[in-house]
This record gives sequence, structure tokens and C-alpha cells, in this order.
Amino acid sequence: MKIAGIGLVFVLGILFVRPVLAAPDESAVQKGETVYQKWCFPCHGTGTGKPATDLLAARDKGIRPAALEERTDMTPAFIKQFVRHGVLYMPPFRRTEISDAELDALCAYLTRNNKH
Amino acid sequence: MRLPPGVNSNDFSKALKEFEEAIGKEWVFTSDEDIDLYRDPYSPFWHEEEDRVPSAAVAPDGVEQVQQIVRIANIYKIPLWTISTGKNLAYGATAPALSGSVILDLKRMNRILEVNDKNHYALVEPGVSYFDLYQYIQEHKLNVWIDPPDPGWGSPVGNSLERGGGRTPMRDHFAAVCGMEVVLANGEVVRTGMGALPGSKTWQQYKYGFGPYLDGMFSQSNFGIVTKMGIWLMPAPEAYRDGRVMVAKHDDLIPFVETLCYLMNSNVVRGAVMMESPLLDYRVSQGGTAFDMPGGPSVEEMDRLGQEKNIPYWSVELRFWGPPKIIDAQWEHAKEKFSAIPGATFKDGRNYRFPMDIKETEAALLVALGIPNLSVFGLISGAEGHLDFSPIIPMTGEAIFEAMRVYGQLYAELGLGSKNQFSALPWAYYPRAFVFLFGVSTYHDAERNKKNREIFKRLVQTSAEHGWGEYRTHVAFMDTVANAYSYNNHALHRLHETLKDALDPNGILSPGKSGIWPRRLRKEKA
Repeated sequence: MKIAGIGLVFVLGILFVRPVLAAPDESAVQKGETVYQKWCFPCHGTGTGKPATDLLAARDKGIRPAALEERTDMTPAFIKQFVRHGVLYMPPFRRTEISDAELDALCAYLTRNNKH
Repeated sequence: MRLPPGVNSNDFSKALKEFEEAIGKEWVFTSDEDIDLYRDPYSPFWHEEEDRVPSAAVAPDGVEQVQQIVRIANIYKIPLWTISTGKNLAYGATAPALSGSVILDLKRMNRILEVNDKNHYALVEPGVSYFDLYQYIQEHKLNVWIDPPDPGWGSPVGNSLERGGGRTPMRDHFAAVCGMEVVLANGEVVRTGMGALPGSKTWQQYKYGFGPYLDGMFSQSNFGIVTKMGIWLMPAPEAYRDGRVMVAKHDDLIPFVETLCYLMNSNVVRGAVMMESPLLDYRVSQGGTAFDMPGGPSVEEMDRLGQEKNIPYWSVELRFWGPPKIIDAQWEHAKEKFSAIPGATFKDGRNYRFPMDIKETEAALLVALGIPNLSVFGLISGAEGHLDFSPIIPMTGEAIFEAMRVYGQLYAELGLGSKNQFSALPWAYYPRAFVFLFGVSTYHDAERNKKNREIFKRLVQTSAEHGWGEYRTHVAFMDTVANAYSYNNHALHRLHETLKDALDPNGILSPGKSGIWPRRLRKEKA
């Protein structure tokens, strides 16, 4: 029974979870890090003088990391929403700035440590 | 499908198809989702009919493609609104003055063509950002500094054309422009200055070439599309230091500014200077006002308060870049001159030798060290955007007193507090004059925006009544500001229109930029 249970979980894993559990595409993660460093880090990175990090730190009060690269709770859809629509004084980013392929890579980087 | 004004859907479809053939389908954007990316994120017209919304966007990757787009636009009379990196936030960003314009997005033209650290210049395309140029210089270990504006994601080409400013001795960005390549409205490519000489060896070294000097005509204008620009850079300095000067009393401001002006115009003080008032900051911290509002404390009361609390009335931080011996002498000379004001005090500040690990330096100083960043956005709070209201006033203490009184009176009439997002005192950003930098907030709330638009117009009108004009403005207020420059029945504006009609008879380039409209879209002046 126990073995069958494990087997069931395994099968369900293949059917439903495996695509999410797949190891992040290292090449996409690397490309995404480049996109992050260029477009996101100046506001959202670690260190002093990062206004979005400061704003999120004040808002979240330690509930989650303020620097985006340290977060593990963002989904690709969430990231794309903010990149393409902006929020508060963050403007949206055009496809001539961050292409759809670069945005996918950015999502791969920012979700690389997510627990599924 | 949103259409450009006066263009039927059949012609617009043909134009879009020809744009696609010229630059590739993937670089012609027509979906609502894409068009939304070209609206002004800090718009003062959110949820209102007047919001500036383009009809499409095209993104060429070279001057030949720009020429092709311009030729197609001429056939179908398509208005093209040019952007470089599109980060002209607070002034319209990517949005056009005329809804229905097609955005000519030059972001893909992002080549750094040359950086010379022997003659200290760069030649760049419009899509290059200050971040890009800084990174290139670092990677190639070149011995030059850039002068970034506060937000580093802007374009050296775009910012210089908008006559933006920075902090170092190269802070007047348009003054640092040396040589342009421009696509005219008829599709012809012109190079200015020495660039007009085939095989010229000095396009980025001598600004004027031969004959009339036309570069200014392409700044804040719609007379051509700048596709390359030379900018002068600063030789990397050996050292940096700063120091603070403070004076005690209200009336000390007159000799204080006079001395500052002498030092700046003598090139002893070469960087931007922000006027500060520790005593007025204290007054604000106690619930008072920064401007002189009616019914506020008298000069005598303020002087007494300063004396009791031992807080200086006025202060500036002076910054120096260059060889250590020279900047030490400049600081000493500045102190000597300011010492003529009784009670003036001084405080030595930072003293850096390069190279150093400047990452540890406080964020607010980074732009003064030539390092682009975005820390300025930390100053914005509570709003979803802002407009910059930035009038030029004389570099005198008397002018500051008058401005504090005039804006205080206006703020009282409008029922506003005197705080604003940036500063209640002006900056010496540009040579020879002060500029105020007020932030007027914008929201995704039509009622609040409507109120703030009225405030903005009153600021423009009141300033003009006192002889103060804006140096740059948001697309929504370009007509209002241009209208204030009305000497001799708007003679300068009429000259702009004459030039526009001659250079761009079909009126395709950035209609409405700086209040300059092509004949077919011109409204009668009130």
C-alpha cells in the first residue's frame, strides 16, 4: 500500500508536477541574470541606493526579502505583469528594451530558487 | 484601430505594411498591449480622453531604416513622435504630444561608435543609455567620466537634446554636444559641424564647422531626427573633494549668492550647486513652511530662531574635481572669498583619491562621481508619478527672496502646503542662472490630476508674470509654456513655425513638440 502510494504520487508527479519541477534551464537563468542586472538591479537590487528595494523593505517589514533576486515567491505571470505594466513610479518596459524572450529568461532567473 | 489624425484607415494600413517591409514585421507594434507600453506612465490625464495615446510604434535599427520610415510617413502624412530610450519621465516619457502619432522608438539604435579617452569624447546612437556608456567605459578601462543625470537609464542623446543637466563640470549637457547626424523630414541625412566635411578628422572635437551653427535647432525641437551625436566627456579626475559653507542670517543670502556666482563664473566652482537652508528645514520639521507664506514668521524672528538654535540660515556644498593640489587650492580660495561675509563658517567634507571603491559611497553622491544610478526615485513617495515644473530665475539672492515670496503667495491662494517633492530652493544646475525643480504629483485619479494640472498652469503663468520661464516641460504643457515666451507678439514662436513649414511641409515630425505645430495641425492663437 505504501509502495502503491509512492507510485501514485510519482505518476501524478509526472502528469502534473514534473513540468514545474524540471530543473531550471541554466542557460535561460544565466541570460535572465544579465537582463536582471541591466534592467532591474539599479532599483531592485541589493545594496544602498536601490529605491524599490527600500520601498519593499519598508512595506514588507521582513516578511519576505526586499531584493527581488532573493525572493522565492514570484511566478512568471506576476513578474511579467509588473514588467509590462509597471506599478507606482516604475514604468512598464517596452519590447525594444526587454524582448519577450529576455522576459522569459528573466522569469527563469527570478524563479530559479522557488520551491514547488 | 486607432488612427493618426486626418489619416484614413486604408492609408494607415498601407503605411503600416510599408513600415513592416522596411524594418521587419516584428518591429512594427500595433496591438493595444504594445501601444499601452508607449503611454506616459506618469500621465496627468489617466482615465481621461486627453491622455496621449499613440496609434502604433516602429523601431528601426539604423539610419537607413529611419530614412525609409520618414519617406513612407511623408507619403501618407503619418505623424512620427521620436523617442530615444523613452525615459523622459515627468516630461511625457514615451508619449506623444499628439494622440494618434506613431512612435519612432530609437531604442534599438544602441551602438557606442567611439569613446576617445585622449581627446575625451564619445559618439553614440540615441538608444544608448548612460548605464550602457558607463559600462562600456569601465569594461574598456578608459580614462574618462560621463556626467549622468539623476536617473541613469536615460539617453545621452535624448537628455542632451532636452537640455538636461548633471552634477559634474560637464553638467550642461547640451553644451557638451559636438557634432550630430540628423535625418531631415525629407529623408535626407545631414551631419553638422565638422561632420559636413567628408573624411573629417574632428567631428567630435570642433563644434562649429563652417557657416551657421545649426545644432541648437535640433534640441527640444521637431525639425529633424538625431541619429548620432558626439558628446564631450571629462578626463577622469585624480581626486574629488567637497566642503560646506554656511552663513547665519537671512540677509546674508545676497552676498552669499554673489560670492557663489563669482566663484562659478570664474570656474573655481565648476559643478552643480544646490541652495540649502538648514533653518528653513528646521522650520518645516516643526510644522512650518519652506516658502514665505503670508502670516509666517518675520525675518527678525527667523534670525533670532537661528541664533537660539545655532542653525545657519543658508548653506551650500561645494564640490571639486581634478588634481589634488588644484582642488585643495579651489576650496581654500572659495573659503577666502566667503569669509568676507561676517559669521561665515566652513566644514571640510569628503576627500577622495581615485581609483577607489566608490560602491561604498553614499548613493546621493554617485551622480557627482559620474556613476549612473536610479536612487533619485527614492525621493518620490505617495504619488504614482510626477511632472517637473522647472523655471529659470536669476542667480541672485534677491531673486530667491522674490521667488520664495511669490510661490508662497501662490501656494497660499491655492490652499497648498509649501512642501514639494524636491526642493523649495533653486539649483545652480546650469551656468549663470538658477533653476527651481518642483515636483507636481500625478495619480491614476482624474480629479486629483485635474486639480494638479490647474496648479501647474498657475505656476507657469505666475512665473511668466515675474519674468521666469520654464527650461523644459511635459508634453501636456508645451503649448502653455511656449505661449509664455511671447516677446514681440510671439516672434520666436512664429520663427519656429516658419522653420517647421520650410523643413517639414507635411508636418510629420513630432507635431506639437515644444508647442511647434505643422501648418495643417496649427490652431489659431488665442
